[in-house]
Amino acid sequence: MTEAYIYDAVRSPRGKGRPDGALHEITPIDLASQVLAAIRDRNGLSGEEIEDVAFGCVSPVGEQGAVITRTAILAAGYPHTTSGIQVNRFCGSGLEASNIAAAKVKSGECDLAVGGGIESMSRVPMGSDGGAWPIDPRSAIANYFIPQGISADLIATKYGYSRDDVDAYAVESQKRAGRAWAEKRFARSILPIKDVIGEVVLDHDELMRPQTDMQSLGALAPAFQMMGTMMPGFDDIAIMRYPDVEKINHVHHAGNSSGIVDGSAAVLIGTKEAGEKYGLKARARIVSMASIGSEPAIMLTGPEFAAQKALARAGMNKGDIDVWELNEAFASVVLRFMEAMNIDHSDINVNGGAIAMGHPLGATGAMILGTVLDELERSGKSTALTTLCIGAGMGTATIIERVN
Amino acid sequence: MTYKTFSVEIDADGIALLTIDLPDASMNVWNGALIEEFAKWVDDFTTNDAVKGAVITSGKKSGFLAGADLTMLGGAKANSTKEAFDQAFALNALLRKMETGGQSAKDLSSGKVSAKPVACALNGLALGGGLELALACHYRVVIDHPKIQLGMPEVMVGLLPGGGGTQRTPRLIGLQNAAMMIIQGKALDPATAKAQGLVHDVVPAADLIAHAKAWVKANPKVTAPWDKKDFKFPGGAGAMDPRAVQLFVGLNAMAHKESKGNFDAIKAILSCLYEGSILPFDTALRVESKYFTKLLSGSQAKNMIRTLFINKQAAEKGAGRPAGVPPVEIKKVGVLGGGLMGSGITHVTVKGGMDVVVLDRSLEDANKAVNYSRKIIDKAVSRGKMTKEAGDAFMARITPTDNYDDLKDVDLIIEAVFERPDVKADVIKKAEAVIGPDVVFASNTSTLPITGLAKNSSRPELFVGLHFFSPVEKMPLLEIIPGALTGDRALAAAFDYNAKIKKTPIVVKDVRGFFTNRVFPPYMGEAMKLVTEGVKPALIENAAKALGMPIGPLALLDETTLQLGYDVMQSTKKELGDAYQPSGTEDFMELMVVTLGRKGRRFGSGFYDYDAKGERLSLWQGMAQHYPLAAEQPSVEEVKQRLLYIQLIATAQCFEEDVVKDPQSADLGAIFGWGFAPYTGGPMSYIDTVGLENFVRTADNLAQRFGSRFAPPKSFREMADKGETLYKAAA
Repeated sequence: MTEAYIYDAVRSPRGKGRPDGALHEITPIDLASQVLAAIRDRNGLSGEEIEDVAFGCVSPVGEQGAVITRTAILAAGYPHTTSGIQVNRFCGSGLEASNIAAAKVKSGECDLAVGGGIESMSRVPMGSDGGAWPIDPRSAIANYFIPQGISADLIATKYGYSRDDVDAYAVESQKRAGRAWAEKRFARSILPIKDVIGEVVLDHDELMRPQTDMQSLGALAPAFQMMGTMMPGFDDIAIMRYPDVEKINHVHHAGNSSGIVDGSAAVLIGTKEAGEKYGLKARARIVSMASIGSEPAIMLTGPEFAAQKALARAGMNKGDIDVWELNEAFASVVLRFMEAMNIDHSDINVNGGAIAMGHPLGATGAMILGTVLDELERSGKSTALTTLCIGAGMGTATIIERVN
Repeated sequence: MTYKTFSVEIDADGIALLTIDLPDASMNVWNGALIEEFAKWVDDFTTNDAVKGAVITSGKKSGFLAGADLTMLGGAKANSTKEAFDQAFALNALLRKMETGGQSAKDLSSGKVSAKPVACALNGLALGGGLELALACHYRVVIDHPKIQLGMPEVMVGLLPGGGGTQRTPRLIGLQNAAMMIIQGKALDPATAKAQGLVHDVVPAADLIAHAKAWVKANPKVTAPWDKKDFKFPGGAGAMDPRAVQLFVGLNAMAHKESKGNFDAIKAILSCLYEGSILPFDTALRVESKYFTKLLSGSQAKNMIRTLFINKQAAEKGAGRPAGVPPVEIKKVGVLGGGLMGSGITHVTVKGGMDVVVLDRSLEDANKAVNYSRKIIDKAVSRGKMTKEAGDAFMARITPTDNYDDLKDVDLIIEAVFERPDVKADVIKKAEAVIGPDVVFASNTSTLPITGLAKNSSRPELFVGLHFFSPVEKMPLLEIIPGALTGDRALAAAFDYNAKIKKTPIVVKDVRGFFTNRVFPPYMGEAMKLVTEGVKPALIENAAKALGMPIGPLALLDETTLQLGYDVMQSTKKELGDAYQPSGTEDFMELMVVTLGRKGRRFGSGFYDYDAKGERLSLWQGMAQHYPLAAEQPSVEEVKQRLLYIQLIATAQCFEEDVVKDPQSADLGAIFGWGFAPYTGGPMSYIDTVGLENFVRTADNLAQRFGSRFAPPKSFREMADKGETLYKAAA
């Protein structure tokens, strides 16, 4: 099969996903199109070479609706010949979109394609698209629906992660993100976002709090205790599904969960020949890709199974991976992944993650794929595995190998 | 045209007054005859131009209409799903025709056509199909009596309101109010119903018909709100309405956790509300009927109707009462013993409209019963559930005493003194010395055989066992135990007394533990065995709750106290001597009660830790030091199966030994005695549902793996071989 190579990765900084966030005035189309224009322009392309664009978006309604990818392509000034698709695999959307672009390349459908994602959470709030899963009684009851925060607390309870454990993880994430920015480790990928008069409105991840310590986190009240124990009492449902648990230990709060932000990212993927034809220098090879489904109530344990599947597909084992990147949806998700895979904390999320910098749902997967690629180049290491936990119990993973 | 199930009078204004009055029935219900005739009337009404409108009311003092005839529903037969649907849809179609006047929804919403007005004059309770009839009328007025119940209790017997109730209710009062009403099966009083918008007006009884007619006269052309073009769902509906989304996320979760996902009807009601609220009205009604068809064809509704409605009512009406004995009039009851049981018995007896003389060794002890009721009554008064006068009148009916002479004019004695044969013998003798010669003496013993106690009586034919459960005012079951010499009059008196206190009675044989206390200990024992095997206590508790038990067995053991279990075990050992059969939990009880002093909640600790106020904190972590957790835990299904089958086997054993003489009594006793999963219809219904052969096979398998306590009784194996069923076999 044809090999797929990553030629470039670009991302916006992440703005606070609130009305006072720096990116709130930027429309989702504008945000996505600035990223699309950048990945075209900095690689000396006209846009015509890019045959298809797959963008993740988790709330594809309102101004993110109607296949936002296509509208963003046109807004970015691409020729009308470039097609676009909007992908939704919840939090894994951005990585899945990159995988779709890579699959199109590998299968021979495209020579050059773009994967990525967009989520303007300040403008189209999470959950805007509704969905049958929690509200249709037949689905909610059969699947023991509980919100993600309860699932994250269930993971902490079931695997014994204390409040101190998850808080300590969060403090480290902030510290690493702070160091990465101080050392300009994201410089190659970051695209400052401009307003309509061309002024930069944001050039850094807005959410970070590098000074966070155990004491400041300790002051935060658990975020999911109320809905878990009182109205409507999701804890009981978690326990019905996991009956060896007596009581849910509510450890997560805003400080050890991923932040709500606006952001967009794009990854340029193509064949070896396409790279040669357009004078592009390959940065990494896509080694393998995988998606899995896992038990939907605990929901967020999918990464370990997705990672194992991607490793098996590549004929690799855990030791063959130099750098790990797992989206920091909640601290317990990463702690569980490290324990299940027996990975040292020093080898995973080395430049921080969504707890410090935020998680723009549809874009995150593509963002952290770029982040881990930058890290391979910075550290001179060779292989990386990127994965995300996904709503309703799924996982997506991608293994890449640096090629120069 | 004339009808048998209702009368129709047309007044000078052309308004028909339809008065439903089923012949030979104390209460109106939807039965085959009423449906058939009502359909004819609707046809006539919609086509007869001489009739301008109608008022529907009831000719019964007992109320408006109490729902569908459940015996008709339970016996419904259909050869295909299509036929079953058509049967289920009949009432919906009929009510819809009355509502639309036979016009199409499309024409109604265009405003070109309308229906003739129908008002419902609710003269009393309207339940289930009765309320649904009212909801299909264009106007509802109810008399201003706060005790009138307007509700849809179908969920209690595993069904849903299938006459448009799941569709019209939310369109009138919003999804949230409708969900509360239909899922919990709780009735509204007229004032609440008006405040929520379920009825239009509340008027004095004398004005009822005139008020309804006036409305009809004033509104010659009507269209139901949901047939109007500008209809807006109150409170919102639909998968994109944030209010409805939030509501369903919460409702699903609450219903799921409360029902443990065990009740098909609750799920079906939720789906009717969710799906129906998104659909056009006529389609929504069809969807409701489809869910209704599913429930009616499943085992849960059949089992629940049989046990929780038909057999429960039969038992409460005195199905087990000896025929031909004249009613035993009971106005005053002597209760011996002011302890926990005596106090509870005193309370329910007064609540049942009788006077009580409660006797104990000292006036102080007797007064404990007074204080017990005082506490309950004060609470009711402070919450506005009872007037102060009614509370005072209630308390005035209780006379505490330490003097046996005060018992001389009682109509019944119930003793609830200490469970020691010598103490019982003493009070029997002293009471019989003063009471009338034909006054029945009932013993509320839970452990001592009645025949043995009756030996202390000078008239054993008037001696009977009445086994109450604690707390008496809350527990619905009463075991009636005839001893070897108990006569019909004593048994009749027991039933006549029960009819006043309104418990669910079953007659059980005079054996140690009677019925419920034969089954309950093995169930508790199995939970303890699981603990000693190193199964996580949380898994045991959650498995029982998943089965549908109201509380985990370990928490329950803490409530009843391990001390009590230990005491019963010690006394049984002592009494039986060499004949004592070890249950296998002796060492465990010894450890908990004697060595560790973890004797139950009342003592501050047991399987759980408790705070100073007795609030349950969490499972005691130290258990693992005595019984280390097994490295490999059983699946929750396996734990559930053991906890279920230990109850099934013990119940089956009682049935085989005639402790309960029919499956009906066994099922009622199990559900109302120890909270056996009600959605099953009881252990006997459960066994019939899975099939006797399946039951025997599973029991054999469990016996092989976990011990002979799971071996199925011989007679059950024989019935299985013959392909019999318990309920038919007994019929």
